[in-house]
Amino acid sequence: MAVPSYAGPFERIWYYTFRFICGVILLFLILPVLIIIPLSFNVEPYFSFTSGMLHLDPHAYSLRWYADIVQNGMVEPEAPFGWDYLKDSWNNAQWLHSMRNSFFIGICATLIATTLGTLAALGLSQSNIPYRGVLMGLLISPMIVPLIITAAGMYFFYSGVGLAQTYTGIILAHAALGVPFVVITVTATLVGFDQSLARAGSSLGAPPQTVFFKVIMPLITPGMISGALFAFITSFDEVVAVLFLSGFEQRTIPRQMWAGIREQISPTILAVATILVMISIALLTVLELLRRRSERIRGLSPA
Amino acid sequence: MADVTESQSQFSAQSGKAELSGSELKEQLARALRRQKGRALLLVAPLLLFILVTFAWPIAVMLYNSVSSPGFGQTFQRTAIALRDWDSSKGIPDEKVFAALVADLKQARKERSIGRAATRINYDLPGTRSVFTSSARKARKIKGPPYKEAVLKLSEDWGTRELWSTFKRIAKPRTLGFYVAALDRRYNADGEIVPQSEDRQIYIQMYGRTLWISTLVTVLCLLLGYPVAYLLSVLPLRTSNLLMIMVLLPFWTSLLVRTTSWIAILQRQGVLNDIAVGVGLISDDNRLQMIYNQMGTVIAMTHILLPFMILPLYSVMKTIPPSFMRAARSLGATQFTAYRRVYMPQTLPGVGAGSILVFILAIGYYITPALVGGRTGTMISNFIAFHMQKSLNWGMAAALGSMLLVGVLILYWLYNKIVGVDNMKFG
Repeated sequence: MAVPSYAGPFERIWYYTFRFICGVILLFLILPVLIIIPLSFNVEPYFSFTSGMLHLDPHAYSLRWYADIVQNGMVEPEAPFGWDYLKDSWNNAQWLHSMRNSFFIGICATLIATTLGTLAALGLSQSNIPYRGVLMGLLISPMIVPLIITAAGMYFFYSGVGLAQTYTGIILAHAALGVPFVVITVTATLVGFDQSLARAGSSLGAPPQTVFFKVIMPLITPGMISGALFAFITSFDEVVAVLFLSGFEQRTIPRQMWAGIREQISPTILAVATILVMISIALLTVLELLRRRSERIRGLSPA
Repeated sequence: MADVTESQSQFSAQSGKAELSGSELKEQLARALRRQKGRALLLVAPLLLFILVTFAWPIAVMLYNSVSSPGFGQTFQRTAIALRDWDSSKGIPDEKVFAALVADLKQARKERSIGRAATRINYDLPGTRSVFTSSARKARKIKGPPYKEAVLKLSEDWGTRELWSTFKRIAKPRTLGFYVAALDRRYNADGEIVPQSEDRQIYIQMYGRTLWISTLVTVLCLLLGYPVAYLLSVLPLRTSNLLMIMVLLPFWTSLLVRTTSWIAILQRQGVLNDIAVGVGLISDDNRLQMIYNQMGTVIAMTHILLPFMILPLYSVMKTIPPSFMRAARSLGATQFTAYRRVYMPQTLPGVGAGSILVFILAIGYYITPALVGGRTGTMISNFIAFHMQKSLNWGMAAALGSMLLVGVLILYWLYNKIVGVDNMKFG
């Protein structure tokens, strides 16, 4: 969108002012995410830039907070680097423990949410399903209901059936919270799904399961994967349910960050945050590639 | 429609051998459609069951706490029965009730249920906890009648009408008391609902603040999101995809990471204050308090929720052909008129969708206000958490929660009406 040739001087000024305003807003969006990356290399235990950092003095930067991630909680953090050191770190470091938990819980919850969510989306996108609006509204509601209410409800219920402070309890809770994302993305993929493809498969003699795995699956896979990624990031980022449902053993990264921010604020949190930003960049890239692939195999122009 | 023709063709193939009458055909069609419906429902059933069991049912049970408080009535069963004929206007109860009370107090002390019951009545009538626990401790010294005199000697509070009317009210298994309290009201000695005393009124103010913060955040998101969404929708795709990353990356970044970075930026020794001091805008001992108050909550929440505004706006603006604006200009409209009369009305669905979504998400926010809200930036969710975890007044938490939930569900219904949940998109 260039300035149109008929634009007067006022419109020209407005055109550039408008772009400037938009630039500022975009910076407001992105800077807070990026600013923690340099801060996490601070050698001082502050949440701010030191004068050494501003002068690009290499001594003002360090990896000590990253080292703290693997060392904090170790029995012998001073031991020489080797197999025993790694074993000690893997078994005892606080942050590594919560990272393991986060991935374990996230992956299990994603598997449940994606399987159930995809099946439901297949049912929901059939044209003659009764009560579609009600069903859809109910299945999306975990995304809408305030987390504190969900967490409080689950706390009572799961305590009653002995699932509080267990991995199972948190996985079930996170699966429920991830379901709406899977349902929405897979249903959206199925909206553009050409039913005649499935019929063509049937007419050529394929049994229903072959049609599903050979025709339908490849087409909805991009939607399924992006739904799964959403479900995973939801679980990976979730802290309210974990606050209510988890014990010390089941703590996840967000739970540990929450404790860190509230109790003993240390730049290690910034180092962890930087790693999380890297993970989200990776997820974003995967999602973008999927989107392009999906457009390609549906024969849409690379819009 | 396509499925109907499909099923018709299916059984016309089957019935090729014999002619079918019209009614038989109709019946077969109905059966085929029923089977299809059944199959579709069967696919949805596992997830539906999962959501009902792990999500909907627990919330329903929790919210039931807001009208049910069976514990107190069970502990003071005999007293509750004896109180049935008592009327609060007639003064304090008679000897019979006090005899039952002494028996109940002795038993509650033995069964260690007195603490919980005393806490329960303390929610409704602050200051009575100690009356109950100390009376239960001393009750075993009361050997025989007259009970009334003996109990009144334990504590003068047993002689107040207010205590007894509260007692009678909460001894019932169902109560609306938590809702009364959640609206900053209380029952007086005659059982009438009256406003709570000034210094105890918090919840209405809290709801007001929650609505205020949510509205402010929604308006700010709209003001900041509208121009950006517009720019993204008119730029060539290559550029707008690049800029879109600046919207999507924060969207995908952990909530806690973003909250942490706002702490790093806004705190007294943080980046922004350092810059302001560095360029001489403010003096070093005059650093601004921008976080751990309402301002911190609003800034951080606006940042976190802004992508939820930009994405729906963008998807609506993307569908508006640029030729409309050009047509308006060629017909003589100024840029502003063309925008106001032609472009803006077409973006309203996006504005509605984004605003309701942001408002729904904002109104139930818990994490960010708890971390950066300080005293003035906390919201109703923080109070629910407080009653769940600290004061253990679960009835109150449930009452506050169900009022919040009703509000959110109304907005959700509205959103569904305007946009349709199917049209929700991410990224």
